[in-house]
Amino acid sequence: MLSCKEATRLMSEAQDRPLSRGEKLLLEMHLAMCRGCRNFRTQMDFLRLACRQFMRRWNGQDDGSPPP
Amino acid sequence: MLKFAQMQLRDAAMAEDAVQEALAAALAGERSFAGRAALKTWVFSILRNKIVDLIRLQSRTTNVSALADDEAGMDETFEALFKANAHWRPEARPFGWGNPEDTLRQERFWEVFEICLNHLPEKTARVFMMREFLEFETDEVCRKLNLTISNCNVILHRARNGLRRCLESNWFSSGEKPC
Repeated sequence: MLSCKEATRLMSEAQDRPLSRGEKLLLEMHLAMCRGCRNFRTQMDFLRLACRQFMRRWNGQDDGSPPP
Repeated sequence: MLKFAQMQLRDAAMAEDAVQEALAAALAGERSFAGRAALKTWVFSILRNKIVDLIRLQSRTTNVSALADDEAGMDETFEALFKANAHWRPEARPFGWGNPEDTLRQERFWEVFEICLNHLPEKTARVFMMREFLEFETDEVCRKLNLTISNCNVILHRARNGLRRCLESNWFSSGEKPC
């Protein structure tokens, strides 16, 4: 059984590489029971989204200053 | 662009040089551009490569895999989120952040986001930004910085958790209560 601490490592790595079937299974079993880790996963997805948007904001700028 | 380079390199003079070189390289090229946006994308892609070259140079002189004090501090803070059995302490359990679109529309959020990014330890931030902003694959980041995959994973996990915690306490904490 995964601990929450181990689950956070897998959820971070899931942002970088596809997890193996075994890892996915372990993680899903843990998430089914753990609201804190489900929230952690949503937060990881949020960070990825925020970073993408952050870059688009920079790229969309004409003078390189932060957007108004 | 300058500010972007500064965030990545954390060195004003280096950032200025990088941007100037990128602009010069873009102007010296013989490509023609349909518009301002195309030119900007082109300059940015040159800048991206310049930044990576500089980061590689920096990482040769500093030991990226050695644990700095600020990084060790972050790891302690992370460990403290858990009980002895490695499950969340009730007060540290991540909570819901609500609708992401609503958050990302708020200008004030981006200020907090930038402050939290700048708050990450230097080496941690570099690896994270190479991955998330310059959008290199993780194994590319590791290779360019001479890090092992597991070391890279540890650094990215540290960065993500640090950023998450910073946003949680400085932006989201007035929102939903931990459940």
